[in-house]
Amino acid sequence: MSEPVVLKDHHDESRVFVDRVVIAFGISLLLTTLLGGRMLYLQVIQHDRYATMSESNRIQVQSIPPVRGLIVDRHGELLADNRPSFSLTLVTEQIDSVEDILDRIEERIGLTEEQRSRFEHRRKRKQRPYESVPLLHRLSQEEIARISVDQYAMPGVHIEASLVRHYPLSDLVTHAVGSVRRINEEDALTVDKVSYSGTDHIGKTGVERFYESRLLGRVGYQRVETDARGRIMQVLSRTDPIPGENLTLTLDAGLQKVASDALGDQRGAIVAMDTRTGGILALLSKPAYDPNPFVTGIDHASYALLRDSVDVPLFNRAIQGQYEPGSTLKPFIGLAGLTTGVTTADYVIDDPGWFQLPDNQRLYRDWNWTREDEGGHGEVDMNRAIYRSCNVYFYNLAAQLGIDRIHSHLDRFGFGRNLAHDLPEAGNGLLPSREWKHSARNLPWYPGDSVNIGIGQGDVLVTPLQLVTAIAGLANRGRLVTPHLLKDADVPAPPNVDIPDHAWNVISEAMQDVIHRGNRGLGENGTAWAYIGLDIPYRAAGKSGTAQVVGIAQGEEYDDAELDERLRKHAWFVAYAPADEPEIAVAVLVENGGGGSSVAAPVARKVLDYQMVGNSAVATRSERSVRFVLQAGDPS
Amino acid sequence: MTDYVRQLPPHQFGQRRRLSDLVHIDLLLLVLVSVIACYGLVILTSAVEQDMTTVRAQVIRLIVAFGVMIVMAQIPPRLYLRLASSLYLVGVILLLLVFLFGAESKGATRWLRVGPVGFQPSELMKLALPMALAWYLHDRRLPPRPRHVGVAALIIAVPVLLIYPQPDLGTAILVAASGVLVLFVAGISWRYIFSLLGLLIVSAPGLWLLITDYQRGRILTLFDPERDPLGSGWNIIQSMTAIGSGGLLGKGLFDGTQSQLDFLPESRTDFIIAVLAEEMGLVGVVVLLILYMCLIGRGVMIAIAAQDTFGRLLAASITFTFFVYVFVNIGMVSALLPVVGVPLPLVSYGGTSMLTLCAGFGILMSIHSHRRITL
Repeated sequence: MSEPVVLKDHHDESRVFVDRVVIAFGISLLLTTLLGGRMLYLQVIQHDRYATMSESNRIQVQSIPPVRGLIVDRHGELLADNRPSFSLTLVTEQIDSVEDILDRIEERIGLTEEQRSRFEHRRKRKQRPYESVPLLHRLSQEEIARISVDQYAMPGVHIEASLVRHYPLSDLVTHAVGSVRRINEEDALTVDKVSYSGTDHIGKTGVERFYESRLLGRVGYQRVETDARGRIMQVLSRTDPIPGENLTLTLDAGLQKVASDALGDQRGAIVAMDTRTGGILALLSKPAYDPNPFVTGIDHASYALLRDSVDVPLFNRAIQGQYEPGSTLKPFIGLAGLTTGVTTADYVIDDPGWFQLPDNQRLYRDWNWTREDEGGHGEVDMNRAIYRSCNVYFYNLAAQLGIDRIHSHLDRFGFGRNLAHDLPEAGNGLLPSREWKHSARNLPWYPGDSVNIGIGQGDVLVTPLQLVTAIAGLANRGRLVTPHLLKDADVPAPPNVDIPDHAWNVISEAMQDVIHRGNRGLGENGTAWAYIGLDIPYRAAGKSGTAQVVGIAQGEEYDDAELDERLRKHAWFVAYAPADEPEIAVAVLVENGGGGSSVAAPVARKVLDYQMVGNSAVATRSERSVRFVLQAGDPS
Repeated sequence: MTDYVRQLPPHQFGQRRRLSDLVHIDLLLLVLVSVIACYGLVILTSAVEQDMTTVRAQVIRLIVAFGVMIVMAQIPPRLYLRLASSLYLVGVILLLLVFLFGAESKGATRWLRVGPVGFQPSELMKLALPMALAWYLHDRRLPPRPRHVGVAALIIAVPVLLIYPQPDLGTAILVAASGVLVLFVAGISWRYIFSLLGLLIVSAPGLWLLITDYQRGRILTLFDPERDPLGSGWNIIQSMTAIGSGGLLGKGLFDGTQSQLDFLPESRTDFIIAVLAEEMGLVGVVVLLILYMCLIGRGVMIAIAAQDTFGRLLAASITFTFFVYVFVNIGMVSALLPVVGVPLPLVSYGGTSMLTLCAGFGILMSIHSHRRITL
């Protein structure tokens, strides 16, 4: 093999080498200039932009949530306050394996799949690195202890304290005060981002919702220098938050308690009102629910239990429940008759136990009509028609009045409308008219429709709040008041209803006879005398009623006993006292309670007693009410 | 001058005795390396928020690295020439071992562990590869013939392909660069250079499919850091913010908010130039760039003054590989290049690259101070 002898040309090699090294050095210089140029671009030409970015990196404006205003009753009893609540939060950047940490937390205090998935959801929404993500709210003392013991071994797991809404009276005032809920994604779209930047909660129902802007307060700010982990290095400036306004309600927690105890386990609603102002003294709907779990997020199972319960505890019967008023409407029909002159106090009808319209076969029966065609009230005037609750008298009167006059008269008392100032969720009820029937049913008004309305049946629907408002207006001789819950609310009154004195006297006398007539030894009692009138130490006026059950439990499966129970009539009782200088009006509804006088009237009596006699006379006296007696001085 | 004279130590034929005859160092190179290292220590002190334990650890590493540099400088180039091929083979074998049994650390397999001693064969390859190439080419006619270019390409490809999947793109690039640079200064025809560049451009779409999602992400991030501002974009956004907010004169040493408040990630290692840029501004960066260029200039002088092919090729490769370090690092931190893990030479915290770099400078000194004749 003859490999050619390689003769190295040292001179030429060296020349090529030097050329190449010079070229490489030249390229290096060029590239270094490029680097320098890049730096010049970033540091001089783009300096302002990056300086701003650096500042906004470093300086964060943090919001300081204001403390939500307290809600107290008329005597200063706390209805809603703020309590420290402890949350378990994770800073995922400080955790190697989030799954592992979750397992370890589950080992110690238990975690449901739901809580895990909620956490994952929140984790995806986080804004910047090192932001903490809440895992659990409302830790118990025991849970805090169980976590704290091992916290050193679980970096990234933190327990954070914050003030959250708390309702000390639990379910007693839920439907009156309402509650706050955690702001959800839907809310987040509508609320003002600035005002709520430090707040997780918003008033969702009741007073909490209506007075949200006053309770919220003004958010404060601090400009802080933070590091990349969000740790505050120093506070640069601070604007303090302005706490929310404390609200005093017209509500009386003591009366609320009395009302709740009086109603017991029955389903129903009670609304009591100061007739002079329209301030609501008690607003109760049963069954109620504890709002506290809702504040930080109730779990699905508990919520489903409340939502799907046959007793619909989430439903506010006192302001949203719409029921037939039954006989409680009779005093208003009577007033209409007397005011319009369609009838007089002395006008007497003969009640055979039934009523018939001319040219119509249908019998409208009285409540005491029997199969043997006996019964009926015989001779009945306005007074007796009310204290004995005679249907035939009012069938007759309603037929004579006609729907137009009934409608215009009842409308003035607020039927069919929501007169309330700060209860936007309250229902309107239904006050039928020709126009309504035409548009809703596309049917003409029949005289028979008016006949039914005469005894509060047919299409007419009222809420307990509406009924008590109307009764207060009646008690005030036509001076209507606007129902409200906020004590200092500056509320314009609705226009007065003109009621001639003679008419008012007749109706008022008759309503007093419902309760007191038995004590006068005249031989015939009012419907409620036997139940509440025997020992009553003050003059009250009242009217019982029963409402047919409509629309409940249809097509649902119950056993027979349950079915019967749920189909029983609703019991109503409305009253005001004292009869001459009214202070308080009350409406009581007991669902499926049966007789208005026997079931609802005793409940109403306890509510009136609280106001009229003081708490010492109330059998179900609570410690709280005792305290009020001591504060207010025993009225003896 | 006869070959005999070439064999004699200079002082034996009348030249003045010099310091470099006793201790083989290059004073100018030593001073430049020291100045840059000290400058780097100041930046590091700020980057670690004046945590003196860390700074002390770095000082100790520097002292060790300087020691290695001096020792390397005493070894005559002849010995390097003789050892070159064996070193390369050992390097390749070690890389194979890493490939097969390497220890994993932070998701990458780069280390070989023998008892308590950890060792990165890829670092050895940064010097062994150019040495081997210089050895391969030193007695061949230059510019190299196609056949020799092919062998050389193979010599480069083997270690690079072993390092790349570790995964260590940064080191693979540096090792490849050290090899390619030897070929470049050896006078490889421009045809090869341009066809290599052309090939790279043509195969770019294919390469795009070959690289991992992670690497694709880094390239995409370069063009649009905002596509993943909290993930892969976070580093680059924060480093550009640090650099840009520094301005002309900087925020003052130890006063950089980006670096002191931990917004800047990897601030002590790969992204340390951003600390310098934030706190000492454009001026501080330009000073560092000038120092680097002086160092490279000195390396160029040594390469040109080298008296044999092996020395020249090796010196030039070490010098320009150093520049590749500088360019890739600053380029990636200032978002000119995608992020690859290359430290800022002599400044970034860490011992391994410091050791390799100083060993390289030691070889440069050896090449320069063992010359028989100085003109």
